[in-house]
Amino acid sequence: MIAEFPPGLLLIGGAVLVPFLRGNLRSAYTLLLPLLGILQLTAFEPGSFGSMATFGFEQTHVRIDKLSLLFGYIFYIAAVLGVLFAWHNDDPFEKSTALVYVGAAIGATFAGDLITLFFYWELAAIAAVFLIWAARTDRSFHAGFRCLLIYMVSGVLLLSGAALHANATGSVAFNNIGLESPGGVFILLAFGIKCAFPLLHNWLQDGYPEASVTGTVFLSAFTTKLAVYALARGFAGTEVLIWIGVAMTAFPIFYAVIENDLRRVLAYSLNNQLGFMVAGVGIGSTLAINGAVSHAFAHIIYKALLFMTMGAVLFRTGTAKGSELGGLYKTMPWTTGFCIVGGASISAFPLFSGFVTKSMILTAVAEEGYVIPFLVLLFASAGVFHHSGIKIPFFAFFAHDSGKRPKEAPFNMLLAMGLAAFLCIAIGVYPEPLYALLPFPVDYAPYTTSHVVTTLQLLVFSGLAFATLQRTGLYPPELRSTVLDFDFSYRWLAPRIIGWIMAAGGRAWTAMTRGVLLLLRRLIGRIFRTHGPHGILSRTWPTGSMALWGAALLALSLLFYY
Amino acid sequence: MTKAYPNDHAPEKDGDKRYWLDNMRNVYKLFWALVVLCGLLLFSDAFYKKHVVFEFEHWFGFFGLFGFFVSFALVLTARELRKILMRGEDYYDR
Repeated sequence: MIAEFPPGLLLIGGAVLVPFLRGNLRSAYTLLLPLLGILQLTAFEPGSFGSMATFGFEQTHVRIDKLSLLFGYIFYIAAVLGVLFAWHNDDPFEKSTALVYVGAAIGATFAGDLITLFFYWELAAIAAVFLIWAARTDRSFHAGFRCLLIYMVSGVLLLSGAALHANATGSVAFNNIGLESPGGVFILLAFGIKCAFPLLHNWLQDGYPEASVTGTVFLSAFTTKLAVYALARGFAGTEVLIWIGVAMTAFPIFYAVIENDLRRVLAYSLNNQLGFMVAGVGIGSTLAINGAVSHAFAHIIYKALLFMTMGAVLFRTGTAKGSELGGLYKTMPWTTGFCIVGGASISAFPLFSGFVTKSMILTAVAEEGYVIPFLVLLFASAGVFHHSGIKIPFFAFFAHDSGKRPKEAPFNMLLAMGLAAFLCIAIGVYPEPLYALLPFPVDYAPYTTSHVVTTLQLLVFSGLAFATLQRTGLYPPELRSTVLDFDFSYRWLAPRIIGWIMAAGGRAWTAMTRGVLLLLRRLIGRIFRTHGPHGILSRTWPTGSMALWGAALLALSLLFYY
Repeated sequence: MTKAYPNDHAPEKDGDKRYWLDNMRNVYKLFWALVVLCGLLLFSDAFYKKHVVFEFEHWFGFFGLFGFFVSFALVLTARELRKILMRGEDYYDR
């Protein structure tokens, strides 16, 4: 019975009850739902159910295979971590929105056709925006609106692409689409917006850091990784994705170095990590796809962990800005330790989760002979250690002592962080269970002498560069600032261009109306001269003169007749 | 409008406590330990066979030196980018 229920609807429907519960009961209930979800997934057999015909197309509500199951599991795990982290937060609005958001992402993961995918895609987008708004600040309100607009563009593109695709192929089934297929470009762009492709990425760095302490942890896991899943399903082996992915890994790290808000730094590094997955999807070999999706799996956990540690810092100190923090290790030792585990995992240190997943992508890129992408990914690997592995823990917990002595994070937060940190290490030390879940059989051994030593060389030397730059004072200090990114185009430039057009239009309108008025005035003046009280055409004539003229005309016509 | 966060401070009892890292000499010790570790890792290249794909990966110490120089370049480039990209904190709110 439970096996035949659409997995996403479990949470979406369950969210309805959240406002009617209170306190610990409410939190326990929100924890129970994803746990039930995991239980349900364990009962799933490969196949599909929930078929129906709409608009003359065969829809499949739930399609179960290894790829959708993997993302289903990790989405539920992320939900469990997020719910534990938010246990203390008794905001029914945020709690129910988060459940709908998770449910929508899971529903989309199991969608077997583009119409069902679109439905859940949009629901996840709207829920994400509400989750940003749940912070209830002015900044979150505006950032949420910007996200909403961009998400809607993604939805429209997906629907248009799906319509073109269905029209050409006669089917809405969501399988490999490819760029050549009609509507393929639209669908790729729709996925690309949610996957934060370069120049389509700014909603991520804009919106996520404005959500609440707990909201960001949920947000970090779902929207972008759903897009990675969709790309892996629809566009595996699309070569352009390699280059897009490579660009994504490289350019956010420059921003991550100079950004001050540490949660925004994490958003940039999230973008960088997505690049690795996109490049893997672009390569498209079985090793690369295994690498991309397993990296998504590991990434969701360590990224949630990093956002949790910065959330705990924000919760206790009221700020996540590098310029205001430092020295927190003295009173928040557990959070510090968990942050370092998250940092080591994202940096792909041996024995941590990133090591056993990212290396598959790098190996696949090398094996296919892509030299420049390989070098850029290597650069990005060193860079990610630099800003996520070192900068985040260093400026928050060490560096100069800010004098802040906050209490250690609450127990529920520590529990969530501890669980996530445990998973990061467990996957790194013993990757076999994760490898068994991957869509293709794994013939890959991460722990070879060559791989361990070369990785350590890359990372430790990168750490030495950081230490040297710090010692010599060359490292740019954390400063209160805004760093301009592509959102400059729509937050500053576009409003000004539109303002200029409006002002110029206004001036033109005024000039035009003034000209027209002048013409009208002249016309009326002229008419007045002829038709006015003294005008020649408005003079009154005696009736007798009319009769005389009439008689004269009649006499004239008589004369002509003869 | 910013939201209020619980700004709980632990008692000041450890305000006077000196931590190991508070002593700059210990920080320097860590730095030199890192230098030694790098040296060891660099020379370990002589003692194993690399299983890599590209020719340049076989160069002695390639990964270490690559990691050091690109990180250095990354930070210095980002520092210069600040001159173009950095604005006041309330830039978009004005």
